[in-house]
Amino acid sequence: MTPLLKVEALSKHYGRHLGCGDVNFTLWPGEVMGIVGESGSGKSTLLNCLAGHLAPDTGRVIFETRAHGPRDTVTMTEPERRWLARTEWAFVHQNPRDGLRMGVSAGGNVGERLMAVGARHYGEIRAQAEDWLGRVEIDPTRIDERPRAFSGGMRQRLQIARNLVTGPRLALMDEPTGGLDVSVQARLLDLLRGLVRRLGLSAVIVTHDLAVVRLLADRLMVMKDGRVVEEGLTDQVLDDPQHAYTQLLVSSVLQV
Amino acid sequence: MYVAVKGGARAIENAHRWLADARRGDRDLPDLDVAQIREQLALAVDRVMAEGSLYDPDLAALALKQARGDAIEAVFLIRTFRTTLPRFGASLPIRTDAMQITRRISATYKDVPGGQVLGPTFDYTHRLLDFTLSDAKPVPAAAEAAAPAGPVPHILSHLGAEGLIQPEPAEPADVPDLTRAPLAVPAARPLRLQALTRGDEGFLLSLAYSTQRGYGRNHAFVGELRIGYVRVAAYLPKLGFEIEFADILVTECESVNQFQGSRTQPAQFTRGYGLVFGQSERQAISMALVDRALRARELGEETGTASAQDEEFVLSHCDNIQSSGFLEHIKLPHYVDFQAELELIRKPRRDAYAGQEAAE
Amino acid sequence: MSDYNFAYLDEATKRMLRRAILKAVAIPGYQVPFSRREMPMPYGWGTGGVQVTAACLVPEDTLKVIDQGADDTTNAVSIRKFFARVAGIATTEATAEATIIQTRHRIPETPLTEGQILVFQVPIPEPLRFLEPRETETRTMHALEDYGLIQVRLYEDTARHGEIARAYAYPVRVEGRYIMDPSPIPKFDNPKLHNAPALQLFGAGRECRIYALPPFTRVESLDFEDYPFTASKAAGQTCAICGAEDSYLDEVIIDDAGGRMFVCSDTDYCATRCAAQAEDAA
Repeated sequence: MTPLLKVEALSKHYGRHLGCGDVNFTLWPGEVMGIVGESGSGKSTLLNCLAGHLAPDTGRVIFETRAHGPRDTVTMTEPERRWLARTEWAFVHQNPRDGLRMGVSAGGNVGERLMAVGARHYGEIRAQAEDWLGRVEIDPTRIDERPRAFSGGMRQRLQIARNLVTGPRLALMDEPTGGLDVSVQARLLDLLRGLVRRLGLSAVIVTHDLAVVRLLADRLMVMKDGRVVEEGLTDQVLDDPQHAYTQLLVSSVLQV
Repeated sequence: MYVAVKGGARAIENAHRWLADARRGDRDLPDLDVAQIREQLALAVDRVMAEGSLYDPDLAALALKQARGDAIEAVFLIRTFRTTLPRFGASLPIRTDAMQITRRISATYKDVPGGQVLGPTFDYTHRLLDFTLSDAKPVPAAAEAAAPAGPVPHILSHLGAEGLIQPEPAEPADVPDLTRAPLAVPAARPLRLQALTRGDEGFLLSLAYSTQRGYGRNHAFVGELRIGYVRVAAYLPKLGFEIEFADILVTECESVNQFQGSRTQPAQFTRGYGLVFGQSERQAISMALVDRALRARELGEETGTASAQDEEFVLSHCDNIQSSGFLEHIKLPHYVDFQAELELIRKPRRDAYAGQEAAE
Repeated sequence: MSDYNFAYLDEATKRMLRRAILKAVAIPGYQVPFSRREMPMPYGWGTGGVQVTAACLVPEDTLKVIDQGADDTTNAVSIRKFFARVAGIATTEATAEATIIQTRHRIPETPLTEGQILVFQVPIPEPLRFLEPRETETRTMHALEDYGLIQVRLYEDTARHGEIARAYAYPVRVEGRYIMDPSPIPKFDNPKLHNAPALQLFGAGRECRIYALPPFTRVESLDFEDYPFTASKAAGQTCAICGAEDSYLDEVIIDDAGGRMFVCSDTDYCATRCAAQAEDAA
């Protein structure tokens, strides 16, 4: 089996300040990787480098494309990268406002990626949008409503549907449950877990919430000050943390 | 039989004759002399020169007369005249430190070398209508002090000597010309300044005011405002020497603004710059504030919410010839588009009523 | 009138404009920036079209100018007079006789032929502008062929109104590449853009853009397979003057009791048909 994503010696600086440094990891098909750390640890920088939103200073991000096999997404052209972003990748923002078009109906939001890759049959686009609304537990009769009318949890589920409609293989998620009530979080996590399993999706999930990674992630990377300080199987890292910082992180959660 | 909207040509000619008649007004009153406008409505003339982007007080006065006092219409006349003029080249940078000063103030220092000169200003006048102006009566000449000998250095140069204010880059070898190349964004600062100096006074004033009220706040002091005549010279390669060919009146404003510093730079004052033809200090100060606001991104300040910091927004909308032309074009016939819209509205209404009737 | 150069603009400016026009012809549908001049009429009143026309005119040309399809609307009269004055060229109202036609909001009903140039006045050249106000963004979207957003707008229309609710300035795709604003012509005229034998040039003065459709260019109006584009006009009406059924009609209110009639918006087309009918009768 070939890895879906291979990150080699990835570094990104902001001026003299280190964003993230010398990150290496491999993600296999169907695997979910969690990245935890406090704000400023470099986890969002890393995620944005993987998504092509930020250009890393050095390093390679090898993605196994459907059409052309392994390609370094750092050196590919912007049109190629945008094509991947529409077809093979999903990006879920923490704030659904950043990932949705708030002035466009739910159906239009879900249909955009289909149209961007050439769908031109209104009836089929709509049918797929309805199907996906159902899959993320939004009543399909609300297809013509705008996200403004939706609750926070619904918006987040709509953002997920909008991303998954083109059948991506890699989902990059930035604090997908942040800013939601605890009960809403639980429902979303359940939904995410179901989708990831059913679709065989690989994912990189950035979060500061250890409950999220315990539920979703097969493997875990812990970041501090731009560096990966510990990585391993999720249970292993959480139950037997080696690095002092991880120990602190785990114990602080337990105290809550 | 109805004939579709004929007679446009005659209507236009008649309208233009009417306009000429109305411009002249009551024939029992003397016709306004262009020189009178130039001398007695000098600030209106200055505004037309600044936004018209052409330094010629007589033409600006003529344009004001032709435009019946409508400043933007007069600016428009000057602009279209200006664009037909050949471009011989660019002048050398004017030396505002060698300005023959008629007004010079600083809000940052009580006293400065060269002194503060209030000059012919409305400041500190009581805004009470002077009814005696209705009657022509002699006005005594103002007393004049001797002009300071030699150049009067800029006040901010004293801050510069201490390293407290960010130095400005030397003039680039190739200065772009807004009137010769399409404006591309993001634009270099020279292009931004060119757009601002001919930008609409009211628009710049509102933007500058918005920064003072917190929309992109960067607290500004008027470091120096100076008005006076500067000499314009050009280097003529064919002759191999410089010639001086004009003295022009300009207003210059340098603002002093806070800057918090960043990871790479220590805290320092920064500068906004305004330079405008004529005595147009509202425009010059506004320009300096907007110039500084537009530097927010370059200086790593927080952006995203204030219009004055949004280069594309400011530069696309500051020109009053563009904006008034487009605004007023909606007076032109739009029968065809409106007809298409009518059909768009009628059809669903027809369908809806048909649906209702079918249901009944 | 000899104070100005032929066709008003100086030759250096015309050369600059012609370079932009040639580039536009070479990349159909692509908006070429050009350095516009202030013209002696306001921005928004056809300065882009006037500059393009000025750059194309030669002394042998015969110019026709229409606004809303008519030769006699005020702005058409004004522009025609301008060129008659600064270029001394012949003018005409007959579509077939013109070598250059400057137009605002219409394409003539009489089919254009090879060798003719149709110059459109364009207010907002950017078809994506109402979705995205930033030029930096829309430029990127064109460069990367990132056109999902405009299709979303058509989807929204269809979801809300059961059809694509665009009556004029209906966006087209040129040779399968650039999405282009055909200027605010009614969508009734869109099919005339496709495979036209004439050269079609578009000038936007205020926005400094020129774009073009070379003769015989593929131009498709955006739509959905199951909601295909239709070139509509006033339903079931014919011209009250010439009886034409195939032309675009203006609605005219004739009394204050709701009475109205429909007449050809293309005055030359209407007059030509009337003349032919009179001849037949005689």
